[in-house]
Amino acid sequence: MTTQFKESIETALNNGNLTGALGRFSEAYRISRAKAYEGIDFEAVRDRIADIKCSASSHFEELAEQFKKNAEARGARVFRTADPAQVKQYILDLAREHGVKRVVKSKSMASEEIHLNAAFEKAGIEVDETDLGEWIIQLAHQTPSHMVMPAIHMTKEEVAEVFSQEVEAGQAPDIPKLVKFARAKLRPKFLQADMGITGANIAVAESGSLVIVTNEGNARLVSTLPRIHVAIVGIEKLVALVQDIQPILTALPRSATGQLLTSYVSILSGQVPNPDGSPKELHIILMDNHRSDMAKDPMFKEALQCIRCATCLNVCPVFRLVGGHVFGKTYTGGIGTILTAWFDELKKAEDIQGLCIQCGSCVPVCPGKIDIPGLILELRRRLVVEKGQSLAMKAIFSVVNNRRLFHSMLRMASVTQKPFKQGRFIRHLPLFLSDMTDFRSLPAVAAVPFRDKVKEMAQPKGGEKMAFYAGCLIDFCYPEMGESLVKILNKAGVEVVFPDDQTCCGAPARYNGAYEVAAQNARDNIKALLADDVSYVVSACPTCTVALKHDFIDTFKSLGVTDAMEEAKRLSAKTIDFSSLIKKLVDAGRLTFKEGEDLGKITYHDSCHLKRTLKASDEPRELLQQAGHELAEMYECDTCCGMAGSYSLKLPEISAPILERKLKNIKDTGASKVVMDCPGCVMQIRGGLDKDGAPIQVEHTAERLSDRFL
Amino acid sequence: MNAQFEAFKTRAEAVSAEVHRFATQAEALAFILGFLREVGVSEAPQCGAVWAAGSFLEKAGKGGLGVQLPGLRFDITQEAAAASKVGISQLDWAISATGTLVQDATAVEKRLVSTLPPIHIALLGTERILEDMGSVLQHLRPEQINYISFITGPSRTADIERVLTIGVHGPERLIIVVVDAFERVMA
Repeated sequence: MTTQFKESIETALNNGNLTGALGRFSEAYRISRAKAYEGIDFEAVRDRIADIKCSASSHFEELAEQFKKNAEARGARVFRTADPAQVKQYILDLAREHGVKRVVKSKSMASEEIHLNAAFEKAGIEVDETDLGEWIIQLAHQTPSHMVMPAIHMTKEEVAEVFSQEVEAGQAPDIPKLVKFARAKLRPKFLQADMGITGANIAVAESGSLVIVTNEGNARLVSTLPRIHVAIVGIEKLVALVQDIQPILTALPRSATGQLLTSYVSILSGQVPNPDGSPKELHIILMDNHRSDMAKDPMFKEALQCIRCATCLNVCPVFRLVGGHVFGKTYTGGIGTILTAWFDELKKAEDIQGLCIQCGSCVPVCPGKIDIPGLILELRRRLVVEKGQSLAMKAIFSVVNNRRLFHSMLRMASVTQKPFKQGRFIRHLPLFLSDMTDFRSLPAVAAVPFRDKVKEMAQPKGGEKMAFYAGCLIDFCYPEMGESLVKILNKAGVEVVFPDDQTCCGAPARYNGAYEVAAQNARDNIKALLADDVSYVVSACPTCTVALKHDFIDTFKSLGVTDAMEEAKRLSAKTIDFSSLIKKLVDAGRLTFKEGEDLGKITYHDSCHLKRTLKASDEPRELLQQAGHELAEMYECDTCCGMAGSYSLKLPEISAPILERKLKNIKDTGASKVVMDCPGCVMQIRGGLDKDGAPIQVEHTAERLSDRFL
Repeated sequence: MNAQFEAFKTRAEAVSAEVHRFATQAEALAFILGFLREVGVSEAPQCGAVWAAGSFLEKAGKGGLGVQLPGLRFDITQEAAAASKVGISQLDWAISATGTLVQDATAVEKRLVSTLPPIHIALLGTERILEDMGSVLQHLRPEQINYISFITGPSRTADIERVLTIGVHGPERLIIVVVDAFERVMA
């Protein structure tokens, strides 16, 4: 990551106004979104939207031509171009031809994308943004920090100062007054403008219609008063049919602002009269700017299903800390990272793609059904292909790729860590490594790894066999989690086998774009885990479980590997996470809880991969309650703890405040124990609570349940 | 009809619209004239009212109304609308699910009176309230109509510190007058 980028993160994190505003918003957003969707089948709506947009991006050329034909038949002029420079030229030519001196704009991301305002200013044409947030940004000479709320990073005091300096001195930091002031100052601009510029939220090919959504009413004025109306529309806004409007308008306001519908929606189709009765010039620019390249990419085509609601920003635990400006000038957040890589260039996404913590919070709430973290991983992979891995990373992966070397280094670590070890933690590391232990203690590497311990365990023989995939953390840091799992499965009469040749699951390599390394890890593990005839392959680490169940297949797909695909699928079918397996065994009567236990209050932390990829969130809760615990849910129980593998090493400045928030939510429940299903989360949260000093016990569900069965 | 109206009213009021229902056009007209007087419509600067053409207005009789209430105009220009306190127009349909009014707004006068003045009075027949957007788009077809407006509550923003503020560029008050005996004249 560049120093400049690291500095922009630092600046954002130290901006209390920004993190305060975004933090409060993210909390309110969840509630208002949920309320807005009451009585709506969100899955059905987003299925339709995904279908509509997916089909549209398969037929951009036809839809664009059909749109042009239908809009022109109704008096519009439609200009199609792939090139942002031509968009600007067209508009400037039009302005010159009609003697345009003043332009008013309602919000248009497409115009931001091509930096249209700068082109107007250079040509000596006065241009004013009229969306309040955009106007503030324009006056402050900044760029939007959020796709829906461009000035969310500014306080009323800052707005008052900008108004006072740029428009009229003496403005007080009083929000209703500031809004009235904006109305009064912008009104003459609307009335005097010769040209109005809008974007569009939907463009309907069948009817040549543009659908424009606003709350302030500025788009209605911009499209009504000036004698020329220019709409700049990215071709991804095209849909085939009028009936496609409703599903998009069902989701867009609900997801964007928690509204059932925005104050205004206008459907413009062709020419309308000007206030003086003359026919209005309507020019619609269908802009490509790499959108059709995206449509041709089998993976990134999906990103064109975006309806620009910004939900992925609003639910992102990283965005709420750093805001939009670190992402660049136009599109921000998760989807912004992807759009920047395509509309701008892949290189521009190099730093910002690293911000994605891969928690998957945006996946279940995206109205376009876009796998945003998945696509960001793909960006990461392509960047590595294009630019190569850093030397440090290369060195790490060359070790991970060699199981014997990797494991002997881990064993050696238990000796070399001694100077820094205090009990079971490493509390301080020297020099540049200190960032890693600044905000949490790290677990010490165990003296005896699980792979050695398991050989000493007496197990029932001759019955059902299951293979245990430990993963590096359980194997080398938390062998007791593995021992608990074996103990529980033994109670169900299951013999747990531990294939010694299992190695790293490849997630660290994959999440860093090193797919070749991940593929080799996948091959080694498939071979090891399918060697024995077992009914299940169980893992107590959700990230490893996801690797075995999904990532091996996806990595092979990305690389075009076919020879190992069948076996990868066989392994996937056998793989199960710890809690889901135990729940099955309990439900089948093969495991019985001890009766009448009152084990006290606990709280449960949902690990990202378990809840959102493996969809297991009820299972561990039910097991813990059946065992005799009272469950006190924490606030934001399914928000990432900030660990995310190597993320917490690369961006400790972001990982730390995410953890801090998690610890507060845990403490607020008053529970004396917090339980989770992921050793990575245990490492992060246990380390954080150790530094914090709060007397709360952190355990894996396997440990918590280990003595609870008859 | 009542259930549909009640649902509409609840949704519209939830987004700060003011909803009034009358049995007859005469009652509705009396309410509107009373309201215009109450908010001080007159010939003074920025105190006018503009009323866009529609069947309700035809029946009420423009001439008489203009005499009764100085400052009320029916010949609508951008200047007149910009200098008015109140704009009045007739809406074609409404959506109960979202509290939304819908209008064929191709005639520019209809847009001028509902965008520029700080108060918009919207007239609607009770029977014109439908369930959802899809039903309305069956009647007002984008394939045929060049400008369709959906209006849900007054103009609003939350762009400064996310604090909801009513009345930015459009009206700060939306007064919806729903009339039961309306259908006949709208045909």
